[in-house]
Amino acid sequence: MDREQDLLTGSVIGDEGVLSIEELARTCSAEAKWIIELVAVGVLKPEGREITDWRFRAADLTCARRVARLQRDFVASLDAAAVMLELLDQIDRLRARLQRAGLDVDLDVE
Amino acid sequence: MEFKDYYKTLGVERSATADDIKSAYRKLARKYHPDVSKEPHAEARFKEVGEAYEVLQNMEKRAAYDQLGNRWREGQEFTPPPEWGAGFESTQGGASTTEAADFSDFFSSLFGNFSRPAGSAHARGEDHHAKIFISLEDAFHGGTHTITLRAPQVNAHGQVVLRERSLNVQIPKGIRESQHIRLAGQGVPGIKGTAPGDLYLEIHFHPHPLYQVQGRDLSLSLPIAPWETALGATVKAPTPTGVVEVKILPGSQSGRKLRLKGRGIPGEPAGDLYLVLDVVLPKADTEQAQQIYHTMARELAFNPRKALGV
Repeated sequence: MDREQDLLTGSVIGDEGVLSIEELARTCSAEAKWIIELVAVGVLKPEGREITDWRFRAADLTCARRVARLQRDFVASLDAAAVMLELLDQIDRLRARLQRAGLDVDLDVE
Repeated sequence: MEFKDYYKTLGVERSATADDIKSAYRKLARKYHPDVSKEPHAEARFKEVGEAYEVLQNMEKRAAYDQLGNRWREGQEFTPPPEWGAGFESTQGGASTTEAADFSDFFSSLFGNFSRPAGSAHARGEDHHAKIFISLEDAFHGGTHTITLRAPQVNAHGQVVLRERSLNVQIPKGIRESQHIRLAGQGVPGIKGTAPGDLYLEIHFHPHPLYQVQGRDLSLSLPIAPWETALGATVKAPTPTGVVEVKILPGSQSGRKLRLKGRGIPGEPAGDLYLVLDVVLPKADTEQAQQIYHTMARELAFNPRKALGV
């Protein structure tokens, strides 16, 4: 194992749009066409009007990768994956509320 | 390294058909998918299942794996037999390099020499993604974080091998949960001189004993004595940047939130810190304390259930 002791400084992807459509597509191992579809169904919400001006945020990166995994692993259509994403988001929000309310989030919810 | 019984992982017989394998995989994938499942260790289980499926759904890999026969059992110490690897030539392509990075040493010792998928020879290296857990303090002050990654590399023979490397990464002040740090050129190396991919680190915080984090804001449950809330008081409260004094207005009830502007995660704008009042009753465990409660019961005309009509 070799060690690289240099301190690496990266760029932060946060609430401001920074990723271009090509960068987002590449990081999901997908085509730009797929990103355009995700924007069309409202899963991704880039800044900018023209496709070439689109800039994506951290939330878009997380969503796009999640949809990519759901589509790949469940052979799901884009629409089915978008519904799954919506439901998973709701569960996440509810769990966060439970946690803030001091309740055990590992309760069996079945 | 340990032998992996891929049939056992998927819960199928060695004689299982391709359809049996597919259906067993899909059932387990639903159960353990890290995006869907809240089972403990779902992600690790999902990877095991994915690895088993990667081998058993591919005719060539399955045939190769079956050559090992029944000589090993799950978890047993394993080294590939000397004749292993002769004459395998994958035409369907192996796992993609990023997927291979998730697979076990056992997998890469057996199938690491399956050729890289055709068509990617001229593409730049793939991006790599990893999650890192940092402390809330790092978000307040900035810090450094060392991560160890298993990254696939292509060796001189065009084979994909896994290599461990560690990186020291600067954590910028003001970073928040679910943001990413992109390290240009630290992903999968390109081959034949093409550019390497990027490394994306998804930020998560270790749970903090005092503060709950929501975006850039924090909240803290602040215990208060009954007389502090009844009469008003100035009390001390911890914040990530030091102790402050806050004024409690007379009559404040449990659950009331006090906002300390700009005391959340630093940034433009900085987040806020919410103190959630939690009135705590002293125990009546001495005679004197009991006396005081008796006096209150006698002298205060207090019915907490008045609003319930009882």
